[in-house]
Amino acid sequence: MAKILLEMKNITKTFPGVKALDNVNLQVEEGEIHALVGENGAGKSTLMNVLSGIYPYGTYEGDIVYNGQVCKFSNIKDSEKLGIVIIHQELALVPEMTIGENMYLGNERGSKFAIDWNTTYAEADKYLRMVNLEESSKVQVKTIGTGKQQLVEIAKALAKNAKLLILDEPTSSLNEEDSRALLDLMLGFKKQGMTMIIISHKLNEVAYVADKITVIRDGTTIETIDNHGTEPVSEERIIKGMVGREMTNRFPAREGVQIGDVMMEVDHWTVHHPLYPERKVVDDVSMYVRKGEVVGIYGLMGAGRTELAMSIFGQSYGTNFSGELKIDGKPVKMKKSVTDAIKHKIAYVTEDRKGNGLILSQSIKVNTSLANLSSLASGGVIDQDKEYAVAEEYRDKLKTKTPTVEQLVGNLSGGNQQKVLLAKWMFAEPDIMLLDEPTRGIDVGAKYEIYCIINDLAAAGKSVVMISSELPEVLGMSDRIYIMNEGKMVGEMKAEEATQENIMALILQSGRGA
Amino acid sequence: MTMSESRMSVGAFFRKYTMVIALVVVVIFFAIATKGGSLLPGSINNLISQNGYVFVLAAGMLLCILTGGNIDLSVGSVVCFTAAIGCVMMDRGMNMWLAVLAMLAIGLAIGAFQGFWIAKVRVPAFIATLSGMYAFRGLSNVVLQGYRVDISNEQFLFLFGGGRDCYIPDFIRRIMGTEGKPNLTCLAIGVIAVLIYIAMTARRIHVQKKLNIHQSVLGQVLTTAAISAVVLFITWQMASFRGIPTVLIWIALVLGIYQYVTTKTAMGRHLYAVGGNEKATALSGVKTRNVYWFAYANIGLLAGLAGVLTAARAKGIDPTYGEGYEMDAIASCFIGGASAYGGTGKVSGMIIGAVLMGVINQGMNMVGVDSNLQRVVKGLVLLLAVVFDVMSKRQKR
Repeated sequence: MAKILLEMKNITKTFPGVKALDNVNLQVEEGEIHALVGENGAGKSTLMNVLSGIYPYGTYEGDIVYNGQVCKFSNIKDSEKLGIVIIHQELALVPEMTIGENMYLGNERGSKFAIDWNTTYAEADKYLRMVNLEESSKVQVKTIGTGKQQLVEIAKALAKNAKLLILDEPTSSLNEEDSRALLDLMLGFKKQGMTMIIISHKLNEVAYVADKITVIRDGTTIETIDNHGTEPVSEERIIKGMVGREMTNRFPAREGVQIGDVMMEVDHWTVHHPLYPERKVVDDVSMYVRKGEVVGIYGLMGAGRTELAMSIFGQSYGTNFSGELKIDGKPVKMKKSVTDAIKHKIAYVTEDRKGNGLILSQSIKVNTSLANLSSLASGGVIDQDKEYAVAEEYRDKLKTKTPTVEQLVGNLSGGNQQKVLLAKWMFAEPDIMLLDEPTRGIDVGAKYEIYCIINDLAAAGKSVVMISSELPEVLGMSDRIYIMNEGKMVGEMKAEEATQENIMALILQSGRGA
Repeated sequence: MTMSESRMSVGAFFRKYTMVIALVVVVIFFAIATKGGSLLPGSINNLISQNGYVFVLAAGMLLCILTGGNIDLSVGSVVCFTAAIGCVMMDRGMNMWLAVLAMLAIGLAIGAFQGFWIAKVRVPAFIATLSGMYAFRGLSNVVLQGYRVDISNEQFLFLFGGGRDCYIPDFIRRIMGTEGKPNLTCLAIGVIAVLIYIAMTARRIHVQKKLNIHQSVLGQVLTTAAISAVVLFITWQMASFRGIPTVLIWIALVLGIYQYVTTKTAMGRHLYAVGGNEKATALSGVKTRNVYWFAYANIGLLAGLAGVLTAARAKGIDPTYGEGYEMDAIASCFIGGASAYGGTGKVSGMIIGAVLMGVINQGMNMVGVDSNLQRVVKGLVLLLAVVFDVMSKRQKR
C-alpha cells in the first residue's frame, strides 16, 4: 500500500445559516489521482478551500493531516509552501500580462525590488514545455485560447513546486479535444509521482482518469469508490452515490392544480455569448409553459439555463438573438429592455441574489418595491405609506422573519433574503415567473417554505419556470421537466416518467454524443 | 415592544450621531477659544453667507456620490465660467433675470454634456469631469480675457446675497411703523418654520402609529426639539443682527428640494439603488444610465446657481474664483457620512458635514491659525471622518 499523503478528518464547516460540510473525511494516497464528485452545492469546493487555507484554521472543525503532520494553514501561502496548490475553476490569469509574468505573480524570481526577468522567462518556458505548450512565456495571456490558458494555470502550479495538485473543474470551459489532452497530461504527471485531486461533473472523465472516487452529498462523504479494476467504474455506479438520497416529505403537496393554456412559448431560441459572439450559449431551444404549471429545467453548471432565462427576460444576457417568443399565443417582439419584459408580465428571479438581485445596503421595503415603483408613485413622488403597507403585506404572506421591514436586507439570513427577492417580483405582478435556483444556499426549512410559495404561485394561475441543479428538487416540484446540456434542450419528461437515473443518463448520452 | 428594543445602546448612539457630536464639540471648542465670539450674531451671519456655495454644490455632489462614489471635479470651473458669462452680460447692460437664466441654462447644458459622456459612452466620471475642470477654467479666462469684471446691478446683489444690504427687509416693523431690533420679520419666519417642522414630526409619528411602524417616539421628539432649539437660537441671533440674509433663502430652497428628491421621489430611490447594486437595479427595469445622466445634469444646474451666488457675494468675478469649490463639496458629503462606494448618504448628513467644515474654517480664522495649517486640519478632519465611517461599518459584520 502506498502511503497516505493527505488525510482530512471529520471536517465540519458552517456558514451563517448553513452547514456546508458535516464530518467530511477524505484520504488521498501518494501518487494517485483522486476524484471528488457530487452535485452543485454538495460541498466539494468548500472542502478544497478548507484544504488550501482559503478558509483558515479555526474557521472549521476537524484536522488536516498532510505528510503525517497536522496542518494549521492561515492562508494560501501556507499551504503552497507545503506543495498543496489549487487551480480554481475560473481562470485566475491577468489577460494583459505575459504568461511568464502570470506564472510568477506573487512568487517573483530574483528579489522583490529587482525582479530577475531572465530567470523568470527561462524557468517559465521550462514549465510550459512540461505541460506540452509550445508558446513562448513572453506572449500575452489574452492572445492564447482558453484551453492553453488552463495549461498555463497548471504550469503556474508546477512552478510553485506542487506535490499535491488540486484541479477544480479543469475541463469545464474546454472542448473535447483539449479536455482529453489535459486528462492525458494528468496521467503523465501521475507516472512521475505527482498526487492530484480532481473535482469534476463530467463523470466519463472521472472514470477515465481517477484511481479513487469520493462522492460527497449534502456536505457529507457518502463513499469512496475504487477505480483500480480492469473495467473502469460505470457512470451509473457514481450517479447512484451522487443522487441516492431518500425523498420523504421534502416537498409540499401541490393543491388545487389546474393547468391551463400555454402561457409562454419559445421557438428555436438561440443566444450567443456577449463577449465571444461566435459561441452559442443557448442553441436552438424550444420550450413552453402553461398557466398554473411548474416547469423544471435541470442541467449541470454551464448548461445554459440561466442564459436562456435571462435572454427571455428582456434580452438581459447575450447577443445575436434568434428565435420566436410567444406570450398567450401571440408572437412578441421584445426589445432589449428589462422594462419591456416586465411590461409583458415576465419576472426573472436571479440565482445570484446578492450580486444581481438585492440591494443589500437598503431596507426590505425599498427592495420590495423596486421593480414596480411606478405603481406606488404619482408624478414621480412615492406614496411611502402605501409602500410600507405593501412591504408589510409581503412580509406576512411569505413569512419573512424580520423585526421590521425597515431592516437592511444585508442583515437577513439567506432564506429570508430569498423571500425578499421573491416578494419583489411577486409585487411586480407577473404572469410568468422564471425562478433561477430559488433555493440555492439556504437551509432545509427555508427551502420548504420557498417550495410552498412556488406552489401557491402556480395555484394562483401563474406560470412558473424553475431552474435548478438539484435533481430531487426538480423531481419533487415540477409538473414537467426539461433537461438542458451544453446549451441544448436534450429532453423533456413528464414528472411521472422522470427518475434521477434516467435524467442523468440523458445528460451523459448527450455529452458523449457531442 | 420592549424597552431594550426601543433603547439604543450607548455605542450605537455614538455611531449614529458621531458627526453631530463632533459638530457640537467643535462649536463648543471654538466658542471657548474665541471667548464666545464665534457665537455672536455677526459670526453666524458670516458663516451662512460665506458657505452658501458649499451647500448648493454639495447637494448636487451628493446625488453623484450616491450613484456609486462618483464625483464631479468640474464644478469649481463651471461656477467660474457661468459667473463669468453672467457678469459680462450684466456688465453690457443686459437684464439681470436674463443673465441669471443664462447662467442656470449654461450650467445645466454643461452638466448634461458631461453626463452624456459618463452615462452613454461610459467615460469614467473622474476623467470626464477632470477634463471639464480644465476646459471651463480655460474658457472662463477667455470670457473674462484675464480681468476681473465687476457687478453694479444692485437688484442682483440684493437678491443673491452680495453687498451690505442683502437682507430680507423687516416688513412687520415697516407696517407697524417702528424701527430697531430685533428684526421681527426674521423672528416670525423662524418661529413659523419651527412650527411647520414640529407639525411635520407630529404627522409622521401619527402615521407611524397608524401603520404600526415601531420607531422610538422619544428619539424623534428629542431630535425635533434639538433642531428646533438650534433654529430658534440662530433666528434670534440673526434677528438681533440684520435679519435673514437673502442667500439663506436660496440655500433653504435647495436643501429642501433635495431632501425631498432623495427621500420621496422615484428618481431619488433610483439614485440609491444604482449606487447600492447597479446590476440588480438594471434587472429591476430601471434605466440605470439615465440615472447617471440625471445626477450629472443636475449638478451642472446647481453649479450654475452657485455661480450666481458666488458672483453676487464677490460683487463680480475673477478668473480664479471657484478653485477648490469641488473639494469643499466632496468633503462635506463624505464627512456627512456618504459612502465612497455609493448607495448611502443623506442630505441631512451632508448639511452637518458642510456646517462642520464651515465652523472649523471660521473658528480657525478667528483664532488666527495660519492658513496653511488650516488646510492640514481640514485634511485630517476629512480623513478621520471617513476612517470612522469605514471602521463602524466593519464592526457591523
